[in-house]
Amino acid sequence: MIEVKSLVKIFADGKNAGVKAVDRVSFNVEEGRFYTLLGPSGCGKTTTLRCIAGLEKADEGEIIVAGEKVYSASDRTFVPAYRRPIGMVFQSYAIWPHMTVFENVAFPLRVGKQKVSHDEIRKKVMTAIEQVELGGYEDRMATQLSGGQQQRLALARALVREPKVLLLDEPLSNLDAKLRERMRVELRELQRRLGITTLYVTHDQIEALSMSNVIAVMSAGVTVQEGTPREIYLQPRSKFVAQFIGSTNQISGQVINQASDGTGTVRTDEGEISCGILSDLRTGDKVVVVVRPESIVLHQRKPSHGDNVLEGKIGAAMFLGEYVDCTIELGKNVLETHQPHSLRVRRGDSVWVELPPTDCMALPAEQ
Amino acid sequence: MATVALPRSERTGFRLLREPALIIPIIGAGVLIYLAVLPLFMLVYGSFEKEVAPREFVTTLENYQNAYASPYTYSTFVNSIIFASGSAGLTFLLGTMLAWLTERTNTPLRTLFVPIAVVPLILPGVLESIAWIFLLSPKFGYLNVALQGLFGLQAAPFNVFSLPGMIWVHSVGQVPLAFLLMVAAFKSMDPSLEESAMMSGANTWQTFRRVTFRLLMPTTASVLLILFVRTLESFETPALIGIPARIYVYTSEIYLAFNEYPPDYGRGAALAVGLLLLSAIGVWLYTRSTRESKKYQTVTGKAFRPRQFDLGPWKWVGFSFLMVYFVFVVLMPFLVLFWASFLPFFATPGWDALDKLSLDNYRYLLGFRPFWDALQNSIILATSTATVAMILTSLIAWIVYKSRLPGSWLLDFLAFIPITVPGIVMGMALILLYVAFPLPIYGTIWLLMIAYVTRYMPYGMRAASGAIVQIHSELEEAASASGASWWETFKRVTLPLLRPGIAAGWIYICIVSFREFSTSVLLATGESRVLSILLFTMFEQGQVTVVAAIGILMILVLLIIVGIFYKISGRFGIQT
Ligand SMILES: Nc1ncnc2c1ncn2[C@@H]1O[C@H](COP(=O)(O)OP(=O)(O)O)[C@@H](O)[C@H]1O
Ligand SMILES: [Mg+2]
Repeated sequence: MIEVKSLVKIFADGKNAGVKAVDRVSFNVEEGRFYTLLGPSGCGKTTTLRCIAGLEKADEGEIIVAGEKVYSASDRTFVPAYRRPIGMVFQSYAIWPHMTVFENVAFPLRVGKQKVSHDEIRKKVMTAIEQVELGGYEDRMATQLSGGQQQRLALARALVREPKVLLLDEPLSNLDAKLRERMRVELRELQRRLGITTLYVTHDQIEALSMSNVIAVMSAGVTVQEGTPREIYLQPRSKFVAQFIGSTNQISGQVINQASDGTGTVRTDEGEISCGILSDLRTGDKVVVVVRPESIVLHQRKPSHGDNVLEGKIGAAMFLGEYVDCTIELGKNVLETHQPHSLRVRRGDSVWVELPPTDCMALPAEQ
Repeated sequence: MATVALPRSERTGFRLLREPALIIPIIGAGVLIYLAVLPLFMLVYGSFEKEVAPREFVTTLENYQNAYASPYTYSTFVNSIIFASGSAGLTFLLGTMLAWLTERTNTPLRTLFVPIAVVPLILPGVLESIAWIFLLSPKFGYLNVALQGLFGLQAAPFNVFSLPGMIWVHSVGQVPLAFLLMVAAFKSMDPSLEESAMMSGANTWQTFRRVTFRLLMPTTASVLLILFVRTLESFETPALIGIPARIYVYTSEIYLAFNEYPPDYGRGAALAVGLLLLSAIGVWLYTRSTRESKKYQTVTGKAFRPRQFDLGPWKWVGFSFLMVYFVFVVLMPFLVLFWASFLPFFATPGWDALDKLSLDNYRYLLGFRPFWDALQNSIILATSTATVAMILTSLIAWIVYKSRLPGSWLLDFLAFIPITVPGIVMGMALILLYVAFPLPIYGTIWLLMIAYVTRYMPYGMRAASGAIVQIHSELEEAASASGASWWETFKRVTLPLLRPGIAAGWIYICIVSFREFSTSVLLATGESRVLSILLFTMFEQGQVTVVAAIGILMILVLLIIVGIFYKISGRFGIQT
């Protein structure tokens, strides 16, 4: 539904050569999918989105939306934003303050190329307003709505034209934590019900992981990894992805052997660790082994069997409500683990950590 | 769906101004240079020219010698400095006092006084001076007569025809400006700055001295400066009180050079160049100091609820101050004009005067052609100036703030220049330009319109650019992403959002044009006479009670304009 091919966008920057905000980004969003661009602030997510919307003109590459080529540098195609079959929700919501809720939502129908009859507008607007559960608010001035309601209004306005694709730029980032959680669920529910192809931009990994079919992680204008939330979280292919998504432990070492099934052994200062190994790594390469805090199993007595069992000392234990955040000193390394409340330990206690090989990944040490 | 070819250097898919529009900024720059720069150029040029025989000129420094080396120069200079610094100081004191009492204390009824404090804005400077002459003239001034009667004094206690009198009259007219600036300063002060001083153990006085006062210092400097410059530039009080009292300041010298026989344009121009320089330096310092004071202000522009000082029993002192100010400074000038407008000739109020009250002055005005001509001129000028100025400045503000075309900062700068040009200097410059100019508009109201548009362009720019800047570009982009072409976007989103700001600018320019005096005094002659000039000449001729009646009608027109403004601003939700 959305095809982006080798997209480049350079912002002229006074005297300098210019900022390459987007650098040969390519991806493909299939019909009905929820696709997320995830990355730290300033990595080029918004710019990518705005190029697709037609609010920004790219410098190179090609964009195809719903089968129509809307931008191509090679044959100089540029469809202006208002002719593209898209709906968009802006980070600031961009609710027009001089219009009522109804007028805001009706706007796309009134300015469109094909004339929509008065009754039809009313029907469609009310449907859109009901969809986002703003029924009863249609005659309010848009500025009288709360943050969460404005967000729904922006959504209704984007949907009322029944666009082929929906573009969302950090739509939840201006809401408070509780509301954000609720809106995550509602937004995904609505998207699923309408089956609308959605491109979502966020810097919040929880949003990305919980809502997406596919995530593309971006960094400094390039996509570094694309995959399902599960793949992104459990099989990061670079240190950047591992660090950016969730918290993670890193132990440096060197590959000493590699099996054909993608597993192998890494020698570290604390002992040998069996783990998954990326296929492009070779024996002798310097690597870091990454493991999530919640994967680490803690034993207070030396276990009789198990892989990757290492001895350490309790550093600190912090009660965080949902779990106990317990750090373990392992030689020079400090591992962060999440343990159940039942854990009773004191600083300096000897413990044994077990790192399940399936949850450990060896990644190239240098990027 | 249509596809369009890709213009080479277009920045985004949608902008009001596309490629060929580079012509528009060039035309804009041309218009601005014609309005703002050409007259000043002619002024400087004229100050070096002397007519030796009819239509025969030589370049000379003699004008400057005549202007600055005469025995009067020194006293004029001293008068100007005393007048300007005295007014700035007094205005600042009164304005700050009012602002502090109404904003930061628990003085009773304080919120009621906020609108009252700005009411004098409605009174044109010429009328302010006339009203105070009625009140404080040593021979017949009402206040003088009343005080003499009350305390059995031999001589009148006040004489308005003196430097202190001029300072007083000019100051009370300027207080609303100082008041509004200081209210803004108090409002933008983060109360937590004072509260944290208190929490650090500072008592009220220490907090005031070390935090509040320090925070207000830069604002104080800039407000004093702008008041000083505006007094230096003003001509209303120097004309109506200064000239009869033979107390001459800079602006009156320029006027007299023009009005002596034969008029000495060269000397006038040389004086005007000097005043222009002074004013330009003042404005330059002012912009610097406001930048300084912005450093202390909160960048968010968020409104705070300022901390209130509990004055205790002193709040009744504050209340008395506000009441005295309201009765004597705000109300009395209006009342005395109103009263005088019903008298056949000026007389002290009393039971015997009651019989003489009549509508004769108003009846006289009904059949008095010059009044109707002047009223018509003033109304045409006010509305056309406001319209032309707002169209011009909206376009220029759009180019400057939205198109981001190269060199647009120059337009911003050019449109700002007239703020440094005192009204009487603008008049002088336009005379020098248009006496010799092929366009035959000298002596018509169109010359006045050009003068007003030029002078008020900076105000228009402020209103228009304020309106444009506050429209977040995502609001327009959202329209574009909803399928609206740029014209639809402009019509349905941009324009409606701009309208309140532009309407406010229009009304403001309308009001200041309607009461304009110091430029018109040189340019408005015969058929192009406007109301403020008619007031001035008739007052000089001694028809003081008819003048009062004209004044009352003028105030009525201004009240109607302000009323419309409030109606409109209510509808558009303008914050005033
Ligand atoms: N209009 C612009 N002009 C110049 N630089 C820009 C502009 N918009 C974005 N950039 C730059 O492009 C880069 C990517 O920005 P953006 O796409 O907004 O990042 P994100 O949305 O991922 O936070 C940043 O370095 C930003 O400074
Ligand atoms: Mg962004």
